Amino acid sequence: MSDIMLLAVFPYLAVMTALGVGIYRYLNDRFSYSSLSSQFLEARALFWGSVSWHYAILLILSAHILALLFPSKWAALVGEPVRRYVLEISGLGLAIVAVGALIILIARRLTNRRVFMLTSKMDWLLLLVLLLQVLLGFYLALVYRWGSVWYLHTAVPWIASLFWLKPQIEFVSHLPLLVKLHFAGAFLLVFLFPFSRLVHFVTVPLGYLWRPYQLVIWNRHPLNRKEMLR
Amino acid sequence: MDIRAQISMVFHLDKCIGCHTCSVACKNIWTDRKGMEYAWWNNVETKPGTGYPTLWEDQEKYHGGWKKSNGRLQLRSAGRAGTLGNLFFNPYLPTIDDYYEPWTYQYGELFNAPLGADQPTARPISLLTGESIDIKAGPNWDDDLGGSSIYAKNDPNLEQLSDTERAALNQLERLVFFYLPRICNHCLNPACAAACPAGAIYKRGEDGIVLLSQEKCRAWRMCISGCPYKKTYYNWGTGKSEKCILCFPRLESGQAPACFHACVGRIRYLGVLLYDAAGIDRVARASTEELVAAQRDLIKDPGDPKVQALARSNGISDQMLEAARNSPVYKFVKRWQIALPLHPEFRTLPMLFYVPPLLPVLAGINKEGNYEVAGTADGNPWPQLAALEQARVPLRYLASLFTAGNESAVQEVYRRLIAVRLAMRARNVKDVPANVLKQLLTQSGITPEEAAAISRLTATPTFEERFVIPPLAREQAIASWEDTFQHKQEAGFGFRQMPVRRF
Repeated sequence: MSDIMLLAVFPYLAVMTALGVGIYRYLNDRFSYSSLSSQFLEARALFWGSVSWHYAILLILSAHILALLFPSKWAALVGEPVRRYVLEISGLGLAIVAVGALIILIARRLTNRRVFMLTSKMDWLLLLVLLLQVLLGFYLALVYRWGSVWYLHTAVPWIASLFWLKPQIEFVSHLPLLVKLHFAGAFLLVFLFPFSRLVHFVTVPLGYLWRPYQLVIWNRHPLNRKEMLR
Repeated sequence: MDIRAQISMVFHLDKCIGCHTCSVACKNIWTDRKGMEYAWWNNVETKPGTGYPTLWEDQEKYHGGWKKSNGRLQLRSAGRAGTLGNLFFNPYLPTIDDYYEPWTYQYGELFNAPLGADQPTARPISLLTGESIDIKAGPNWDDDLGGSSIYAKNDPNLEQLSDTERAALNQLERLVFFYLPRICNHCLNPACAAACPAGAIYKRGEDGIVLLSQEKCRAWRMCISGCPYKKTYYNWGTGKSEKCILCFPRLESGQAPACFHACVGRIRYLGVLLYDAAGIDRVARASTEELVAAQRDLIKDPGDPKVQALARSNGISDQMLEAARNSPVYKFVKRWQIALPLHPEFRTLPMLFYVPPLLPVLAGINKEGNYEVAGTADGNPWPQLAALEQARVPLRYLASLFTAGNESAVQEVYRRLIAVRLAMRARNVKDVPANVLKQLLTQSGITPEEAAAISRLTATPTFEERFVIPPLAREQAIASWEDTFQHKQEAGFGFRQMPVRRF
């Protein structure tokens, strides 16, 4: 029963909340739709924490997502032992970087009075959940070796079944509790996404790569004409 | 040609008394809020000095503005991909310590302190942490050269000066400084707008005011390092950048911006300039020596029927054109050519121009120990003629500020300013020999009538002559594309929510 709640009901709840609240917040509270940067108040520790955190977690996350999107190609990739070794070891390395960076970020918020004053309860909750999730992932990668392979036969079909609205938790229900907690943790982060600074994830300004540098906005002539200088 | 209108400004530095009334007027209206306590959209600096934020002119440190490489214009900070790579950490962002830690005083202590042997005091407490602090910096910390041996000696503009010139600056009898009030330049090629990954910063087509959309800003903070003048500010409370809005709500109702209106020395002029937007790119890439002249060339004569026709075809109204014809800014910048942009080498084409200060005639202690005006010793009764060559502030310093190092461009301006003084003296005191005056006027290229007009607009202009504000007709504009009746009994226009973070 608790497996059904954790692995079938909660994921749907989390995704629905993320979509619903995320869109509602974008339409009604665009002002706060970003991260609240504190680099202006403290820069040195943030450099070490933020840069390494973002690169490490983005690489780890993209490995999770790529395996989910292209399971057969991923299976071919990790089928070869040398490639599997390299992947697992770099994954472990990145996990260490991510944990270290997160600890720097948490310590920075705790010790720097200026940043501490600016940290909301949601920020603390988010940092805690992220830390637990990353630590858990790191532990699983150490203890249950070859996650890059068994992930393909457990989590991937489970998430696919969720996506096709035919939840089959038997793919994952037999796994150890800590693994299931890692799965649920991912959906907990999805759940927290629209209520926290995580929304900055979907505001990455890729349009900057091709928009003209200057933006000129006309109000009067011709009607609401938008035009670029260059 | 693509003629557009720009509401533009001139600050006459000879008239600035450094009273900071402009700063206070602005602060009281716009930035007296949590997160913006440290920010002064308008500030007044003492030059030589390091300014606010400290060393803002040093682009080796902040990487603001544009640079020319292989004939192309590039942001000094990073390219587009590089900017996205810096999203997680902007390496060139100043921190609040480059400005100052905002503070207030524990005034309550004055009333509530328990009875004791000592007078109660209101100690300073930080507005960031609420803890008591030692004040180590402020928005005008080196005002009037206070602590200049510590602060002013770091002024980046002093780099090109020789040791003797630097020493001369610090001699007590020759000690010299002037004030530099600064607001957003509302540039034609704003680097803040170009650096914003979210595209939140835009120029208003009708009047050229550069604004920052609070709804689109995503706190990537690239504008703050991108603006070489450091005139966008990060609101650490809301996570939004903010900047001078040239008091557009006041302009739209026909009032001068608060800092202009409040100015005690009446140093500020505001008016419309017509410019050729098609030439912006070319001018921004001009060679360093030609930058000032090229920018001047971009500004077109509002009296020229051809320019007027092109302006009308671009939708510029007749009222706007009339304002452009009466613009005091046009006179200072283009007709008389005595106003210069600040640091044109940043290549943003700033549209705030400065009439450089004509410092008092050089005087010092001579060999006999007497106070002497330079140039008078060898019987020259017109020290003003010599003053240019022996100016107390080296021309190189002013060239570094106003003409990207082009000394002859500064000299030209000073020759005109000196000619105006002598022409007015000739008219009022009548002791200037005709040949001296004639020589001065030919050298500087102005007529006696122009000298009188410059003097008039400098010394005794009326309120209406200083501020020629065109009717901006924004209400009609909005009514033309939004049905006002639909908004009747609704929330109205603009923000419908307080600009505070709910998440």
